[in-house]
Amino acid sequence: MEVNQYLSMFIDESKDHLQAMNDNLLALENAPDDISIVQHIFRSAHTLKGMSATMGFEDLAHLTHEMENVLDLLRNHKLTMDEFIFDVLFKGLDSLEAMVYDIIEGGSGKSDVSDLVRNLQSIVSGDYKSQSGPQASAAPVKSEEASSFDLDEFQISILEQSMEQGMLAYSIQVGIREDCVLKAARAYMVFEALEQNGEVIKSSPSVQDIENEKFDRSFSVYYITGLDQEALTGLVGNVSEIESVQATQLTAESLKQLQQSKQQREEEQKSVQAAAGDSSAAESKAGRQAQGAPAAKVANRTIRVDIERLDVLMNLFSELLIDRVRLESLAEEIRRNELTETVEHMARVSSDLQNIVLKLRMVPVESVFNRFPRMIRDISKTLEKKVELEITGADTELDRTVIDEIGDPLVHLLRNSVDHGVELPNERVSNGKPETGTIHLRAFHSGNHVFIEIEDDGKGIDRHKVLKTAIKNNVVTEQQAQSMEDTEVYQLLFASGFSTADKISDISGRGVGLDVVKSKIEQLGGQVSVESKLGVGTKFSIQLPLTLSIISAMLIRVGDEKYAVPLSSIVETMAIAPDKVRRVHGNPMIDYREGVIPLVSLKEVFECPDSAADKPEDLNLVIVRKGDKVISLEVDEFIGQQEIVLKSIGKYLTNLFGISGATILGDGQVSLIIDPNALFK
Amino acid sequence: MGEELKVIVFSLGQEEYGVEVDKVRTIERMVPMTRVPKTPDFVKGVINLRGVVTPVIDLRGRFGIEEAAYTESTRIVIVAYGELEVGMIVDAANDVLDVNTDNIEDPPEVVGGIKAKYLRGVAKVGEDRLLILLNLEEVLNKSEIIQLEQLEE
Repeated sequence: MEVNQYLSMFIDESKDHLQAMNDNLLALENAPDDISIVQHIFRSAHTLKGMSATMGFEDLAHLTHEMENVLDLLRNHKLTMDEFIFDVLFKGLDSLEAMVYDIIEGGSGKSDVSDLVRNLQSIVSGDYKSQSGPQASAAPVKSEEASSFDLDEFQISILEQSMEQGMLAYSIQVGIREDCVLKAARAYMVFEALEQNGEVIKSSPSVQDIENEKFDRSFSVYYITGLDQEALTGLVGNVSEIESVQATQLTAESLKQLQQSKQQREEEQKSVQAAAGDSSAAESKAGRQAQGAPAAKVANRTIRVDIERLDVLMNLFSELLIDRVRLESLAEEIRRNELTETVEHMARVSSDLQNIVLKLRMVPVESVFNRFPRMIRDISKTLEKKVELEITGADTELDRTVIDEIGDPLVHLLRNSVDHGVELPNERVSNGKPETGTIHLRAFHSGNHVFIEIEDDGKGIDRHKVLKTAIKNNVVTEQQAQSMEDTEVYQLLFASGFSTADKISDISGRGVGLDVVKSKIEQLGGQVSVESKLGVGTKFSIQLPLTLSIISAMLIRVGDEKYAVPLSSIVETMAIAPDKVRRVHGNPMIDYREGVIPLVSLKEVFECPDSAADKPEDLNLVIVRKGDKVISLEVDEFIGQQEIVLKSIGKYLTNLFGISGATILGDGQVSLIIDPNALFK
Repeated sequence: MGEELKVIVFSLGQEEYGVEVDKVRTIERMVPMTRVPKTPDFVKGVINLRGVVTPVIDLRGRFGIEEAAYTESTRIVIVAYGELEVGMIVDAANDVLDVNTDNIEDPPEVVGGIKAKYLRGVAKVGEDRLLILLNLEEVLNKSEIIQLEQLEE
């Protein structure tokens, strides 16, 4: 099989399944009696097993298989959840994840899973309980062959459809002679013979188990073929060392029976579950599931697209725009109504198209957020704290490029909140707070930005402690410290190499501080700020641009050239009379709101050629800001505000002065984007 | 017999130059360029090459030969070397030739004022046609741009 072709699909899907298993396992931890959750996990594990076996990732398939065995017992009520099982399952998930990531990195996905497998097997056999103490009660019964030989709905519908098309469906029992030496090989021959003449829908035990000789002397398969019963028995019987072949043709009726018996079993399970579980809890679960169902359907309506293809689409699209502008000017020249109308229509369509193309790149932050509940669970366990994570606004969308980068800073801030923010349970109780701390993780849109907030109800930031450390590390002087506002003090947390942790814990304080968070977020064109109240809690607030690839900019003309200035750094635009310019030490300055700010001539800075005769009488100024510093840039003309698509200027021209990138204007011309920060002296 | 090397042939002044065909993306006519401030003189600016912003250098300027006015035959040869994609302005691009590697000789010290390190060799084609093969790695060497930039400052 051509594996590479499917690898990226495999990776994406296994990530999804792992995430689903993780989520569901966490949910199960809160509602250990809810068997429907186990069903979800089982299904994910089953699919994952199948996928990885097909792709040849043996260890991955092996481990999922063992996990599946445990889950199978759970869903059949032959085992009840306890802490040990949770831990082993979580560890199993971690290993699976590690293997998948190894595959992503180009590895073979191999890993030593024998310890885990042993643990899982001890759960299946019930041994772990006797090891761990006297609570060994009724040993779980081994799963029966029959129950695992259920056909799922998909398989039943395949059988139905093939029967409708005139194919014959059989249930075949094959017995192998007692003295057979190579059972697996014989079984393999049977399968091969079968597959040459039809399709095996399901086998019991599974093909994998049969290949590993994990079966007794017989196995059974559901099979679709055009052969009649006699030919079929002959076919299988021809394989040597086969003792018996029993082929029963399935009819629509027998299928129905199969389905019914399955449903019956499920219903029995449900009633058992309802009886066992707290009825109100079950009710709320059912409600949640009802909500969950339509969501799953929506998810199926999406497809995965390689981000590179979107980039190509984007580039093609900008070419289209260029031709559009060309057509528009041609239509103007030719002045034929039909042409003008067509071109106008095309213009409308293409701007709609542009919106859609841009939206395609937007991804809900959910894809980042969904790994946090598990993380918080683990950290709080390690630190022996009780923490609840509440996520809101997970459907807020951000550009894919931002999504890819935002994970690490958030992990850092969340860890910070659990470690430094939320107090230990007894501490909380003695402070009159509930034992369990809450961390809110919120995402929401506001204007052209997305905000992500992380708020805990922990002990807050101790101003004095921060200042003490800051003075010790020579970040500020004692004198400065006294006159600092609280907000300024909190900003010190983001200074490099700053940590207020009393002792270095496992979770944070490894020398990587909040400075890394800050620089990462600023790199993304965002800002991070902090609010805190001692004893009440701390809130980190991150402001991010919706996308990195499209920004709002002011187009300006300098000489004959057009430049774009990011709107995010513009304070305002204004015009002043030339005689208002003052000279301070020979440098031009202007009055601006009670102060004097430098005047920078872009024409001089960029050495722009100047042939344009239409000199404005007044000076046109763009006031730009960097932090709390402000300067004014002199330009020849304001062309207007526009959304522009950021383009890299390539690897050949690097370290350009005052230029942060380029964009392509509607007329196909390249325009450079000014980096105002570089113009501050 | 050595291997056959397919090269794109272009001219600068009286000389004919060649660059391997697999390094050449496309050959374009002159298009309007956007000047990039504070770059060496031979960097003519950036162009929109089907949605990709691509820098363009004047090969005459790059080699320190006197620059010439652009004409109808002036072309931009877009070459890709490693991660770099750069357009080179040449006087004309006119041919594709097969060169036998056996016929490539080391470059003479100076060809039309161009330093030998920019050249991979000189190939004899046909009776009396000499083709100068470019060493793209050196032509697109970035450290040299940075040095030039620093000189200007």
